[in-house]
Amino acid sequence: MDTRKELALKFFASQIRLETFRQVANLGFGHLPGSLSVADLLAVLYGSKMNIRPEEPNWPERDIMVMSKGHAGPAVYSTLALKGYFPMSWLMTLNKLGTRLPSHCDRLLTPGVDMTAGSLGQGISAGLGLALAHKVKGIDAKTYIVLGDGECNEGEVWEAFLFAPQHKLDNVIVFIDRNLKQLDGTTAEVLSLGDMAVKLEAFNWHTQTIDGHDIVAISEAIDAAHAVKGRPSAIVMNTIKGAGVKELEEMEINHHIRLSSDMSERGMKVLEEAHAALAEVLREHNVTPIPTALDRE
Amino acid sequence: MYKVIYDGSREKKDHKTVFSSTMMDLIETDPDVVYLDADLMNSSGTMALWKKHPDRAFNCGICEANMMAVAAGLSLGGLKPYAHTFGPFASRRCYDQVFISQGYADNPVRIYGSDPGVCAAFNGGTHMPFEDMALMRAIPQAYVFDIADGVQFEWVLRKVKDADSGVQYIRSTRKNNAAIYAPGSEFEIGKGNILRDGTDLTIIASGIMVGDAMAVAEYLAKEGISIRVVDMFTVKPLDVDLVVKCAQETGVIVTSENHNIIGGLGEAVAAALVENYPVPLIRHGVEDRFGQVGSVDELREAYGLTPERLTELVRKALKRK
Ligand SMILES: Cc1ncc(C[n+]2csc(CCOP(=O)(O)OP(=O)(O)O)c2C)c(N)n1
Repeated sequence: MDTRKELALKFFASQIRLETFRQVANLGFGHLPGSLSVADLLAVLYGSKMNIRPEEPNWPERDIMVMSKGHAGPAVYSTLALKGYFPMSWLMTLNKLGTRLPSHCDRLLTPGVDMTAGSLGQGISAGLGLALAHKVKGIDAKTYIVLGDGECNEGEVWEAFLFAPQHKLDNVIVFIDRNLKQLDGTTAEVLSLGDMAVKLEAFNWHTQTIDGHDIVAISEAIDAAHAVKGRPSAIVMNTIKGAGVKELEEMEINHHIRLSSDMSERGMKVLEEAHAALAEVLREHNVTPIPTALDRE
Repeated sequence: MYKVIYDGSREKKDHKTVFSSTMMDLIETDPDVVYLDADLMNSSGTMALWKKHPDRAFNCGICEANMMAVAAGLSLGGLKPYAHTFGPFASRRCYDQVFISQGYADNPVRIYGSDPGVCAAFNGGTHMPFEDMALMRAIPQAYVFDIADGVQFEWVLRKVKDADSGVQYIRSTRKNNAAIYAPGSEFEIGKGNILRDGTDLTIIASGIMVGDAMAVAEYLAKEGISIRVVDMFTVKPLDVDLVVKCAQETGVIVTSENHNIIGGLGEAVAAALVENYPVPLIRHGVEDRFGQVGSVDELREAYGLTPERLTELVRKALKRK
């Protein structure tokens, strides 16, 4: 990937982080760290890979992203808002009564959300069903599914891991957000997953392991996965729960957090500074950012 | 015997504290008690229990189905398992394991399904069980408890320890309800409690709606309407004798529950009435809808789980007498 594209995607990821943080800080509590850990992935998917029409969310040939770890809704919502699926102002309604943006992704409420999730383990199965539907109907679209590593505790996930190779679902990429944490602590303490890559290989998935915060690595891994025919692909992303905000990264239990106004201010400052520094680099390299709804507002 | 202390104030201790301290005590005083959780110990307040007694408190990870059948095995092995997760995941997500391995194979497990109905608040529709009692009631010989306050919660948790048969399903908020009972109150499983006597109508309530029922009875008393309030904390087996007695003595009944009116307390009472002593009945509860996000108070408003709505239904029911 050339540097200019990489910079533009990094900038987009930084915008997603900022808007995600702002959203949750505005509410005062939420699944913020688990949302931040998938920000870079969402930037690459929505910023360069996915074939979508934000003005026509239900376009039948669109690529699909299923956030199986449905509690990462806030990251999905900032991405979709930046892409123009709905007004940025909706982000300030996160999780309020009557909102279109509930804590967990809901296909009936949010334009651009294709599957409801929140009961962990089910999103992957529904995602595989969608991919199978594409095969049956001869639609050439990709399905991207994002799983939490804690979510991989669910037996259903392993049933899905068996199902996809059986049906040769090479139109699917499953991302595992391997931030090594779940709700009660580390995945090692709660229910050790061991080496996910080895396990997925053994289940006959084409498997790659990457740094899930490295834009270039994510992009290249997706391209490599698309080249694979006859079986599904998994990308194990080593990530950090809370990525981008040290204070959150370092909290021992950081699944669902309450943000004091001090914490919110500190976090926004860190993210805004990082964003401003990145903007400077973009200017130096004469890089135009990926167009977002913010350009219009 | 129980003593009613209701005066509209909230409980001082939240149910998370009641649960965690009771479980700690049960583990430390009975060597056969074991505790299982599905990556929600931080939510149920049992992290300290896990750290202190890793040999008898087991974090099963996000594997509700496996947890419930493992619990059945622990029961089969002569232990007294308690298992917790959020209500929807303690019922829907592992229903067949509870039904077969615990119920049908008769390996009793004490299940705590937390945050029932609107208590799931900001976790929203996927986490908001308005049907857990319906599911659990449908398991033969199961016990279903909808908890009114912390005093009762602790009593039930202790009482079911020695249950030697039947799935024991306990639903309760993790937060504070209206205080209903004096500390040390004693109850009887399968028996409803008359909290306040009355002659014009009976409200049979459970869980978080018990406090509202008391508020409504107090309010209507000022108009000279005499309402009896029953806390039917054992939703199954239902206290049919008490239902019939209330029908005979007050002539009309309104039920009130933080649950779909299909399959819960209201339907149980309706069946008991129709078969034994038909009188008019109105079911107050969630009217066949899914959950959504919001604060508990906003959701109570959204689903009509308020004293205002209950008052309206009571007036309507009185006209049918
Ligand atoms: C079936 C089910 N069980 C339990 C929960 C409660 N829960 C929500 S998120 C979570 C931990 C998820 O961990 P992980 O998948 O690793 O997400 P991340 O750490 O990336 O946020 C749990 C236990 C749930 N949502 N669904």
